[in-house]
Amino acid sequence: MIAVDICILALLATTAVAVARIRNLWAAVMFTGIYSFLGASWMLILDAPDVAFTEAAVGAGISTVLMLATLALTSREEKPIKKFPVLPLLVVIVTGSALVYGTLDMPRFGDPTAPVHTRMDPGFIEKSEHDMHGEMPNVVTSVLASYRGYDTLGETTVIFTAGIAVLLILRKPPKRKTNAAFGQEQEGSHG
Amino acid sequence: MDSFPIIRVVTKLLIPYILLFAFYVQFHGDFGPGGGFQAGVILAAGLILYGLVFGLPALQQVAPPRVIEQLIALGVVIYAGTGIATMLLGGNFLDYEALKHHVLPGWLPEGQHLGIFLVELGVGITVTSVMTVIFYCFAGRESADGH
Amino acid sequence: MDIDMVLGLYNYWIVIVLMMTGFYIVIARGNLIKTVIGLNVFQISVFLLYITMGRVDGGTAPILHETASADQAYSNPLPSVLILTAIVVGVATTALALALIVRIREDYGTIEEDEILILDRES
Repeated sequence: MIAVDICILALLATTAVAVARIRNLWAAVMFTGIYSFLGASWMLILDAPDVAFTEAAVGAGISTVLMLATLALTSREEKPIKKFPVLPLLVVIVTGSALVYGTLDMPRFGDPTAPVHTRMDPGFIEKSEHDMHGEMPNVVTSVLASYRGYDTLGETTVIFTAGIAVLLILRKPPKRKTNAAFGQEQEGSHG
Repeated sequence: MDSFPIIRVVTKLLIPYILLFAFYVQFHGDFGPGGGFQAGVILAAGLILYGLVFGLPALQQVAPPRVIEQLIALGVVIYAGTGIATMLLGGNFLDYEALKHHVLPGWLPEGQHLGIFLVELGVGITVTSVMTVIFYCFAGRESADGH
Repeated sequence: MDIDMVLGLYNYWIVIVLMMTGFYIVIARGNLIKTVIGLNVFQISVFLLYITMGRVDGGTAPILHETASADQAYSNPLPSVLILTAIVVGVATTALALALIVRIREDYGTIEEDEILILDRES
């Protein structure tokens, strides 16, 4: 299994670097789709099938389509940069090293005694069997909808709000000339 | 994209199964992997695929924008309504134990199972309609350059 | 630095590399769409970080079944739940960002950060 892990992780890293380097936005969007799909495959190996196929449908499907639609409405090429950005690279390297230093104290991969698994006693797995009267074998669903029902109500509201916001921003057809003139007039009257 | 016969035929073959899988994921989420969020995005992906291949007007005939916009709110209402119903029945907000009933025991879900079913239904409806509306907004917009 | 440590921590290291790639795209590039792509890459790395923490050796997906033995290990369902909702919220907020980019392009005629700043200063 570790060989499959390493293959997927190597592909993930390669794709991420390709996204960073490539200048054609269309290709970058496609690579992002591939990146999501590889991420979904790794999630499946990590025993999280629910998350894996949400990520596959969202990352490789919906968000790629939305980004391509945006490209069609804007532009396909990124402006070439004049000089290589050194400062961002430095910031990233420093932050990354700090994070790697932080991982040295982390529990080892797959360790069943890690705090994540032991800090809640009894865990959801043991509780769910009793609380759900044995009717809900999928613990992820029972945690999502029952134990953390408030959370999920909040998340649904966030999605609702984002949908309404996109509707408000994009529903009115573009009237570029008149809108711009109106905006300038307003600014003039304020200033 | 309607000039590519292979894409049209393959899409026509695939879409029923995508939709069926979405409903399976929605209603079988208590037993296998799945639930409202997953089903919502899969259903929306199926609709968006239809819209990409057969054009926006064809999709809007299947899923009229007015109806979809109202469904966005309906999902949240179903979710919050379940919580308020449990309060009216004497429990806490979203305490599904209050949903116990004795109509057709063993045939209709009750208690936790019924509550989770309703909540996941609300999530599924909102997620599907939000994703579809977002696609309508982007696909229906004309480019500012006029091409 | 022994082999056990590398095998125990490589998942975090890879995730950090991916995260930093996303971070680099966000801060080094002036193109707004590229920035959103970078945020997406960053976001997926964070999802992966959570999911790797939930994994248990010899475990299986957290779906209880009667045929399993009593001491069957399951991976932790909590990170799955958190990330499941985060993915869908993530795509909704990405769509919001893209909608704003479309409007910016319509008003400014460009999606490069520096050009937008120049236009803002001129007006």
